[in-house]
Amino acid sequence: MSNAAQPLFDLTPTDEQRMNRDTMQRFAAAEMRAQAKIADEADTTPEDFYARTAALGLALLPIPEALGGAGMRHSPTSNALIMEDLAHGDLGLALGALSPMAFVNTLLDQGTDAQREMYLPRFCNGEFVAATTALLEPRATFEPTQLTTRASANSDGYTLSGTKTMVPLGLDAQLVIVVAELQDHGPAAFLIEGTPQGMQRQPESHMGLRTLQLATLVFEEVQVPATALLGGGDFNLRRFLDLSRIGICALAVGNCQAILDYVTPYVNEREAFGEPISHRQSVAFMVADIATELEAMRLMTWRAASRAEQGLDFHQQAYLAKLFCAEHAMKIATDGVQLLGGHGFCREHPVEMWYRNLRAIAILDGVASV
Amino acid sequence: MINLELSAQHQETYNNLRMVAEHMMRPYSRKYDREEHSTPVEMAEVAKLLDGGAAGAASTKDKSGTEGVRNGANLLAVTAYEALCWGDVGLMLSMPGRGLGNAAINAVGTPEQVQEFGKTYAAMCITEPGTGSDSANISTTAVLDGDEWVLNGEKIYVTAGGRCDTLVVWATLDKSLGKAAIKSFIVKKGTPGCEVTRLEHKMGIRASDTAAISFSDCRIPRKNLLGSEEVASDAEGRKKAFGGVMQTFDNTRPPVAAMAIGVARAALDMTRELLGREGVTLEFDAKPCNSSAVEAELYKMEAEWEGAKLLVRKAAWMADNGLPNSMEASMCKAKAGRMGNYVTLRCVELCQSLGYSENDLLEKFARDSKIIDIFEGTQQIQQLIVARRVLGKSSSELK
Repeated sequence: MSNAAQPLFDLTPTDEQRMNRDTMQRFAAAEMRAQAKIADEADTTPEDFYARTAALGLALLPIPEALGGAGMRHSPTSNALIMEDLAHGDLGLALGALSPMAFVNTLLDQGTDAQREMYLPRFCNGEFVAATTALLEPRATFEPTQLTTRASANSDGYTLSGTKTMVPLGLDAQLVIVVAELQDHGPAAFLIEGTPQGMQRQPESHMGLRTLQLATLVFEEVQVPATALLGGGDFNLRRFLDLSRIGICALAVGNCQAILDYVTPYVNEREAFGEPISHRQSVAFMVADIATELEAMRLMTWRAASRAEQGLDFHQQAYLAKLFCAEHAMKIATDGVQLLGGHGFCREHPVEMWYRNLRAIAILDGVASV
Repeated sequence: MINLELSAQHQETYNNLRMVAEHMMRPYSRKYDREEHSTPVEMAEVAKLLDGGAAGAASTKDKSGTEGVRNGANLLAVTAYEALCWGDVGLMLSMPGRGLGNAAINAVGTPEQVQEFGKTYAAMCITEPGTGSDSANISTTAVLDGDEWVLNGEKIYVTAGGRCDTLVVWATLDKSLGKAAIKSFIVKKGTPGCEVTRLEHKMGIRASDTAAISFSDCRIPRKNLLGSEEVASDAEGRKKAFGGVMQTFDNTRPPVAAMAIGVARAALDMTRELLGREGVTLEFDAKPCNSSAVEAELYKMEAEWEGAKLLVRKAAWMADNGLPNSMEASMCKAKAGRMGNYVTLRCVELCQSLGYSENDLLEKFARDSKIIDIFEGTQQIQQLIVARRVLGKSSSELK
């Protein structure tokens, strides 16, 4: 008995999702994991990496056929699975590779028809299009609801002033969604194309996410046309944040799965006092808790995503998933380093990089809309 | 299709049982907390409702969804336990006719055994003074003498052991043969040689009676052995036989974990109401680091609760769909147990003297929740099971 309006509790991905996962997992293993180590050292993205991701068609999938896309149903759950699988390869590279998809998702979700028709076809020619979202501001106690980047209307459209930070692909992105406080209006988002006068891009270095070149974007009285206002002014900041929270959670889940997959053989092979250290409960219980909390992270992410997909309110679920994932991802990363002891602290093993990367989960917002 | 909402049918069950919990259990929570060892007679009415299929509760049939996915008895059980334990954990454990022994008889009994004992109030006797988590090590003996089994030994921590009519007793036919020789036996209360020697005085779930029972030359009919008399002759067969016994825990751990979900929800609801009066409300917007300490703590508790709840539902869903769920059953029990303790104790703290006072129930929730992290396998036993699965270790390698 099937009843589309009242589905059963179910954790089975669709066949399509399964096939997609397989593709993503293979790409993550072949093109991301090993490269991430080197790129982290160099504080840069591997050459041609993004061009290679173009074949995955990440941004293309949910774009309507009429605009040149694959015309798949926009599915936050499918997107969350993609993000999880790519982050298993590397969190930073996944964020970069997925940044255009997040841009497309936001445009599909909140853009006007004219904006979709104008921008979406560009993502459909088989090449990687650097597009991104700028939300965070360099300030302690930053809250997305209390923005200092300001926009004001004038006869030619709007002017933007303020500083954005931790912008994925920020040095190269030709399309940027900038979230700002619009005077006499409230939070709004603007579509910026290219590098208009008054806009500066500066490279950043952080403790982690070094494979993704994060950037500062400075806006000084930048003039944009009236058509740049996303959705014509009806910007739902809360929904935008929630959809992105789901993506950030999925990325955390993928990275934490990588940690579990790495420490498991390690503690089975590493011997102390004449036997594998995994034979000691103090080690084994840490692994058990990693597996348990990771599964809870995944289920909370999936629940928020599936609620969004079904058109149910998902604000609380997305918020709690983000909170839970941020906290437990950091704990899992910490335990991952601890389980390797001194080896965990050395850059020969990837766990110290994952520890540095996963600190970002609690800080990131707005950059991974599903 | 990935969907983590309850089906409409299970949601309705949950809603109805929450009403039962609120109106037929909560009013007696304090009374039976104070009057330990007196029988909560009002629960007979609730049990009758459940037997009659309150909201289709106990008797709901498996329903096949799209792609053959099932939401069946296991998901229903965790939903029901969660709702009823929002009312009261101790009272939920005091429903006549709904003991753990009933579950065992109905699961493995012969048609004759189910006919004779299935509807009685049956308790389960496993733990002994010297044997807790290592249940393979029990030393209560059963010896065949003519057409009767003769039982000798001591059992403790028998939930409903005082009030029940029937006992399901784990005993060994030959301790030298290890796990495989452990069988369970149905003993009618009042059989000579079977005596309730003590009722425990406990920190929480005081409404539920916990008995110590001794068996000395207690003679029962041969036909009262549950399942097969055979003891496997080879090692592999013995391992399998006990594995079968332990597998029943895979089905009982998620419902017990669901008890923690229920009581923690109760504590959170009450805490949010009390804090709401002081102007503390949750919008689920500000980051925890920009929230007040009390808001941040509430967010954290809500998140932990949600994570534990979904683990419980996953383990039950796997059982409904015939997927091996030993690891997931233990994961959810470990997580829900510690979450329940953390949430209920923190709620007491956040509400300060109101939390600590017996005028409200927060302090009782904290006392009641502790046992859920212990019975049906302590958190540490669950961690051990999960660790063995994840690491691919046997019980002799990872002790």
